[in-house]
Amino acid sequence: MSKNDFLSVVPLFILTSSAILILFSISVKRNHIFIYVITSLSLAGDFVYLLKYISGTRWVIEPLFIFDGFGEFNTGLILLTSLVVTMMSYAYFEQREERKEEYYILLILATLGAAALVISKHFVSLFLGLEILSVSLYSMIAYLRKRERSNEAGIKYLIMAAFSSAFLLFGMALVYATSGTMEFSGIAAFLASTNDVPVMMLAGFGLMIVGVGFKLSVVPFHMWAADVYEGAPAPVTAFIATVSKGGIVALLVRFFSQIHGYNYPSMVMAFTIIAIASMFIGNFLALRQNNVKRILAYSSTAHMGYLLVAFLAGDALGVEAVSFYLVAYFVTSLGAFGILSTLSDKDRDAEKLEDYKGLLWRRPWTAALLSAMLLSLAGIPLTAGFVGKFYIIAAGVGSQHWLLVVMLAVNSVIGLYYYIRIIAIMFEQYEGEDKPIGMLNPSVYIVSGVTMAILAVLLVWFGVYPEGMMTLIKGLVNLN
Amino acid sequence: MVGGLLAWMSEKWNPMLPRWISLIATLLNFGLVLFIWLNYNASVNLSDSNWLLTLDLPWIPRFGISFHLAMDGLSLLMLLLTFFLGILAILTSWKEIQYRIGFFHFNLLWVLAGITGVFLTMDLFLFYFFWEVMLIPMYFLIGVWGHENRRYAAYKFFIFTQASGLLMLLSILGLYFIHGNATGVFTFNYFQLLNTELSPEVARWLMLGFLAAFIVKLPVVPFHTWLPDAHTEAPTAGSLILAGLLLKTGAYGLLRFVIPLFPGAAVEIAPWAMLFGVIGILYGAMLAFAQTDIKRLVAYTSVSHMGFVIFGVFSFKEIALQGVVMQMITHGISTGALFILAGSLYERIHTRDILKMGGFWSKVPFMGTLAMVFAMASLGLPGLGNFIAEFLILIGAWQANQVLTVLATIGLVAATAYSLRIVQKVFLGQDGKGYSLTDLSFREKLIMVPLVMVIVWLGLFPQSVLDTAKRSISGIVPHLTTLSDASEEQKTKGGAHE
Repeated sequence: MSKNDFLSVVPLFILTSSAILILFSISVKRNHIFIYVITSLSLAGDFVYLLKYISGTRWVIEPLFIFDGFGEFNTGLILLTSLVVTMMSYAYFEQREERKEEYYILLILATLGAAALVISKHFVSLFLGLEILSVSLYSMIAYLRKRERSNEAGIKYLIMAAFSSAFLLFGMALVYATSGTMEFSGIAAFLASTNDVPVMMLAGFGLMIVGVGFKLSVVPFHMWAADVYEGAPAPVTAFIATVSKGGIVALLVRFFSQIHGYNYPSMVMAFTIIAIASMFIGNFLALRQNNVKRILAYSSTAHMGYLLVAFLAGDALGVEAVSFYLVAYFVTSLGAFGILSTLSDKDRDAEKLEDYKGLLWRRPWTAALLSAMLLSLAGIPLTAGFVGKFYIIAAGVGSQHWLLVVMLAVNSVIGLYYYIRIIAIMFEQYEGEDKPIGMLNPSVYIVSGVTMAILAVLLVWFGVYPEGMMTLIKGLVNLN
Repeated sequence: MVGGLLAWMSEKWNPMLPRWISLIATLLNFGLVLFIWLNYNASVNLSDSNWLLTLDLPWIPRFGISFHLAMDGLSLLMLLLTFFLGILAILTSWKEIQYRIGFFHFNLLWVLAGITGVFLTMDLFLFYFFWEVMLIPMYFLIGVWGHENRRYAAYKFFIFTQASGLLMLLSILGLYFIHGNATGVFTFNYFQLLNTELSPEVARWLMLGFLAAFIVKLPVVPFHTWLPDAHTEAPTAGSLILAGLLLKTGAYGLLRFVIPLFPGAAVEIAPWAMLFGVIGILYGAMLAFAQTDIKRLVAYTSVSHMGFVIFGVFSFKEIALQGVVMQMITHGISTGALFILAGSLYERIHTRDILKMGGFWSKVPFMGTLAMVFAMASLGLPGLGNFIAEFLILIGAWQANQVLTVLATIGLVAATAYSLRIVQKVFLGQDGKGYSLTDLSFREKLIMVPLVMVIVWLGLFPQSVLDTAKRSISGIVPHLTTLSDASEEQKTKGGAHE
């Protein structure tokens, strides 16, 4: 292993070693604050290292990993997101669970899995990353053992994810059987050398789409999303919505552009159908919900559909759009779930629409933040979501995907309805006693409050002045 | 001058304003615009271009988006109207709005800022941005402070306008990429996009996208259904701004964007647009006559009056376009005034049902007189502003299409019917309901008297307004006339071949 190899994988090492460190420290003494600080520090340190290390140069560790601007960008994004999730986890678990320390090990491992995913260039590393991510998620979802629905969600996710992994694995096997290689570039070379794609390979890709589609919860593989979102603890839901999905989107972009998937009408067709179906079904299902977590689950299905529009655009602008949209979506989702978890009480999460009634007059700042997040999800100007959506539409129009773009516009309007509905409920008059809040150390609330405030500032900043982020993305994200 | 523009923009950063601050802010803006207007002729003579002020800062260079504001005669007039009505909106809600005052004014000023932006911007992305910015606070204005059925009305308003706005965004982007691919310069700059070469097919589609946004906003008859609901449920200030200003953004968009950007396609669609205009005039008038809710009634008169606007715009005659500008202003004032009157009646008797009113003249003579004036204005009595506007539109349109013009003129008769009905049902007739009414307070007089003065002044001396708008209008007309001449030539040539 050369020095450069080592320097490249340091981010992964930091994560692994901090997981081990936490493991040891738990065996010595359980201390929530201590573990929390270690986790945050290691994530933050990892990010700082990445910032220093970022040079945009490519470095390949054969045959598994590739370190390039795109990978670094996504790793950075994942690390920051996990950091935010950690921030909101402390207050959340402090109130609820007596054994809260192991959660952080799982969180770090899941982050590790996602980070490995975005830099993989080989089926083995892909699968490894995916499984590390999923296995940690199984237990994270079911972490609040005493809640019935949490367990249910855990089991559901376990079965579904295992199932989808099996699909993915079988698909990989078929691809390997025809092409004789598991490297992305090898597959690309094989595809370039043949005129028509063998049926077995197509079947393999199809199965892989199933596997990936499950993780992204795009239609028709979206059934688990609502139940899992609802059952999982709010910070974990935030994690699923952002890191787990984002990692897979990044992987998909890398894989697809490497094998030049855009040249194969059958694959483009499959993704087009998935995108349109996700937008419509996701939005329509969200319309019918009365549970904020479920609304967000279905809305995330729709958002994955939007993302696929940019993904299908395929050119450099498309990749930029995907990256920017991921950033915007991460910020927004984290904010929404973060607020949800600060509103939650000991017994259950604040997920019913009634919990939000008149929130604006009870807790104006929280409500204003949540409104901003929802407006961003709906893609209203002055927020990051608007610029993200604009980016996607620009990518779609630029590559002449008129059908997809028009569908996106139609769906934005449908989506608007249920986001606005939540906001309208927050603006209603509230009759009833205000529950006292604050049984914990006030510093806890300050931390989560500051985190939320930073997210909101970022949201508006990206919405009003997106140029900085665009330049960063443009500079880093260059796949070819 | 640039500082003045920035001041308007910074207006929105004043958070949570109480009444006085917002009043002063709008007054300042109004004063500023008035000052510019008074100096208008001097400054126009000094410079060759008809752009009075411009401000151009790069915003998102990645996409060629800049923060580009510019003002010409047309936008100047619209701004005058904006701030004038803005002041009145604040004054009318002085007593009506009793809770969440800060938030109310915050929204009100944001709407005004958005509208100001729409009237000033010369960058299509920025235009869309402001277009959306003015929606959200309007949604809140209706949804939080509206009447009984406010939630439904607010949804409907928001979803209608948002959907059509997104279609416009698609068109803007289509234009952007076509221009970029053709010239290599990717930009949203209005002036550069003006010269984009488009094939007729593409131009038609792109124009329809823009048109969707504007005719929903205007609104043109089949897309008008959001309007009566939104107007009826909104608080008085909200109705005032909706009728007086938001509808005008649609008309402004037609004048500023649709026609100059897509002259060919606009000529193609003109007969249809004029037809829909006439349908709007008659249909709006008929429905207005049938309403019993006074605010709904006034809302349908807006539909009718806006029919004149689209009718005039698509006749492509300079004189009709002059009339359109006039109509935008006078309609803003007369309809706004009627909404304010309806609002103050509602404050007194807590109903909007005109069947429950009657015989109020003897109790509130001042209010009755005012209502009479504005009803007359609305039916187009000579001497008041609306007459000039409608007259100019009809003269212009006569040259373009005579049958439709005759039909549109019938709309004026219908206007007489519904306007007189307001006065008759509310102020004349039997008073058997026993409401005790007080006449207008000083504050209300302060609102209404300037409105009367302006509408009379517009009716008697319209020339100053026409002069201001003249250069922008005559800037629009040339590429149209050449184009329509060309197409007519082609037609005759085609005929000769046969």
